[in-house]
Amino acid sequence: MNTKDKDWDTDPVLSVEHLTMRFGGLVAIDDVSFKVGRHDITALIGPNGAGKTTVFNCITGFYKPTEGMISLSAPDGDRFYLERMTDHDINADARVARTFQNIRLFPGMTVLENLMVAQHNELRRASNFTIGALLGLGNFARAEGQAVDLSRYWLDRVGLLSRADEAAGDLPYGDQRRLEIARAMCTKPLLLCLDEPAAGLNARESEGLNELLYKIRETEKIAIFLIEHDMSVVMRISDHIIVLDYGKKIADDTPRQVRNDPQVIAAYLGVPEEDVAGSGARP
Amino acid sequence: MAEPGKPLGLRLKSALTDSLLAGVVAFALFSLVLGLRTVDGVTGLTLQPRPDLLAIAVGIVFVGRFLLNLFVWQTEYPLTTPFAKLFTRDAFDKRDITVLSTTAALGVAGLVISAIFNVPALGLIAWAALLFVGLGLLRRLIVHVFPDLPYAQIFIVGGILFAIFFPLTSYALDRAFNLGLPLRYWFDLSILVLTYVMLGWGLNIVVGLAGLLDLGYVAFYAVGAYTFALLATHFGLGFWICLPIAGLAAALWGVILGFPVLRLRGDYLAIVTLAFGEIIRIVLLNWTEVTNGPNGISGIPKPTFFGLPFSPFAEGTTFASFFGLKYDALHGIMFLYYLILVLAFLTNFVTLRMRRLPIGRAWEAMREDEIACRSLGINTTVTKLTAFATGALFGGLAGCFFATRQGFISPESFSFIESAIILSIVVLGGMGSQLGVAIAAVVMVGGFEALRHTDGLQSIFGAGFDPALYRMLLFGIAMVGIMIWRPRGLIASRSPTISLNDANAVSGDLVRQGRR
Repeated sequence: MNTKDKDWDTDPVLSVEHLTMRFGGLVAIDDVSFKVGRHDITALIGPNGAGKTTVFNCITGFYKPTEGMISLSAPDGDRFYLERMTDHDINADARVARTFQNIRLFPGMTVLENLMVAQHNELRRASNFTIGALLGLGNFARAEGQAVDLSRYWLDRVGLLSRADEAAGDLPYGDQRRLEIARAMCTKPLLLCLDEPAAGLNARESEGLNELLYKIRETEKIAIFLIEHDMSVVMRISDHIIVLDYGKKIADDTPRQVRNDPQVIAAYLGVPEEDVAGSGARP
Repeated sequence: MAEPGKPLGLRLKSALTDSLLAGVVAFALFSLVLGLRTVDGVTGLTLQPRPDLLAIAVGIVFVGRFLLNLFVWQTEYPLTTPFAKLFTRDAFDKRDITVLSTTAALGVAGLVISAIFNVPALGLIAWAALLFVGLGLLRRLIVHVFPDLPYAQIFIVGGILFAIFFPLTSYALDRAFNLGLPLRYWFDLSILVLTYVMLGWGLNIVVGLAGLLDLGYVAFYAVGAYTFALLATHFGLGFWICLPIAGLAAALWGVILGFPVLRLRGDYLAIVTLAFGEIIRIVLLNWTEVTNGPNGISGIPKPTFFGLPFSPFAEGTTFASFFGLKYDALHGIMFLYYLILVLAFLTNFVTLRMRRLPIGRAWEAMREDEIACRSLGINTTVTKLTAFATGALFGGLAGCFFATRQGFISPESFSFIESAIILSIVVLGGMGSQLGVAIAAVVMVGGFEALRHTDGLQSIFGAGFDPALYRMLLFGIAMVGIMIWRPRGLIASRSPTISLNDANAVSGDLVRQGRR
């Protein structure tokens, strides 16, 4: 699957250095460093409670890390130090978008409205901070038209165009997952963080999701960083896998390497103990 | 409770047990509340038993519960079916027609009996039954003949036209034909109702759209009223200059309240806003040097019509002399009516417009899920503060109007109960629904005021009965009823702010209400 090898080190969109997160006495993440390549699909895997979602929450500003540095480099050379920014600025300025493990849509709003909310900041600027648009000044109508067009584009991409005017809470589970991704994409991110996007999907939906993520990467030229449990998905679509166990990074490599890593096998992939002992640990 | 369709004996037995149980509960509850009365006697307070009242109350519960069990709950054909069908489009069957015609016949019989034997209470009940069935059938007929009319829109447009033309038309008719209508009373009541409509719409921004439960809304009303009163009495400023100042002052206080409560939600937010409302009232009460304390501020000027005062005494041009009319105190009152109508429409217009702007969508999104909002780059701090400020702005404008209408204000007008009434109007109407809030304000404020003039009730409960005294009780009963039958308010559905093809209302069950 990978023609390139480890190019995340040369041009990372996101670098996490010595990230540590403690909750009281509990060390959820312990000195983890890694890089996410600019056009890669990067997967973060590990057993339950390994600290995957905590890493996500640190990157997207929902937690303030105890120690460490998280920096995002935009293509124009700007650098953002995410650990110092508030969560909404991380999306608005550093352009990191995320989805949630348990879907967080706006259930009482329609599918289209969900996507319009995602374009809040651009529309707010076009509305001259509400006063202008309230009086009918400025070019708010045009900006809103563009926002609807972008929403329409993403609804088409995720196959929800025909349900645009339905309440988001009425959608079936799989559609809600895809809508959440479309909503995140409407914020025009450089880095898309997906927390278990395939959770609860059936095999066919999961296949569709893989295809969607692949295509997003191809057309939008963005980095996708995902937490995933389904190994078949992870191995097939990702260019780069980071494995966490008890808050520590135990592997950080291409899928082929990670698959054969004895530590990963022992901690996560699940092979009998004696096989691990017999194969001998890699340095 | 037995299932419907069981043999009669079994149904009777279980109905009897159930209603006996209800009777025991009613006895336990009412024995202290109704059964005993404290009387201020010569030797101090004494207890006077009232067994007759207690027996009646318990009897009503027992018999009512028994009948409900037998004819509504434990039968395959509940007697309420045809009455419920009056509000739907389902076809009537034979049984429905029998029940409805029996009801009508009983109603007519009741009317006749009450007329012959002079029992006004029975007449009132009969009238109510006949009206209910008659209006329901009329509704069915209209819906049957014109199935596709946009009834909701007709209702809204009709309501707006009525609000606009009602004072002028009734005034013109009264003056032309010398009818002697109680116009003064009608206009005062309509002004009161419209004030609450405006307050309801203002609070709807905070509670209905942004999902921030605010129990201290009356504080902004007070800030607006006192801002105008103080500016007018100390600096001689007029209403029209003070109106925007009062609005902005209230909005500023909205932001001041907003800051400390940014992190709070649901119950905690409600407690702090409640405290804020009380703080404002207590400061107004105790800061005597400025606010004149409990004595209040009097001599607040009336608004002018583009500089023309509504005054009987000619010191320069007045409204009446400018237009060559005879002075009439109702001119000023009608002007106040149109003033609050315009202010209320302004509130509604701005709210509806803002819902379609990014800030309004952000409010609703914040009500739905605050964390998701932040993940989409929405600054929830700013969003909350704008919601508080916008809601407070309209509260302040309404307060300014209140001060000029009354001519006198004191902290007494801004007690917690006002906040509670405004909030219940919003909750009963359906959070977020402009139409629902307007209907709820008309019913809650206007309807209970209208109770004052129901003579039939006096004939049931005795000559000294004043239904207005039971306003709070009725308020509570209405609240309980709505919460049982329409837990999300009169109009629970939410209309989308934008649509690709056709806009369908979103069911209220999906819409969050700011409490997670």
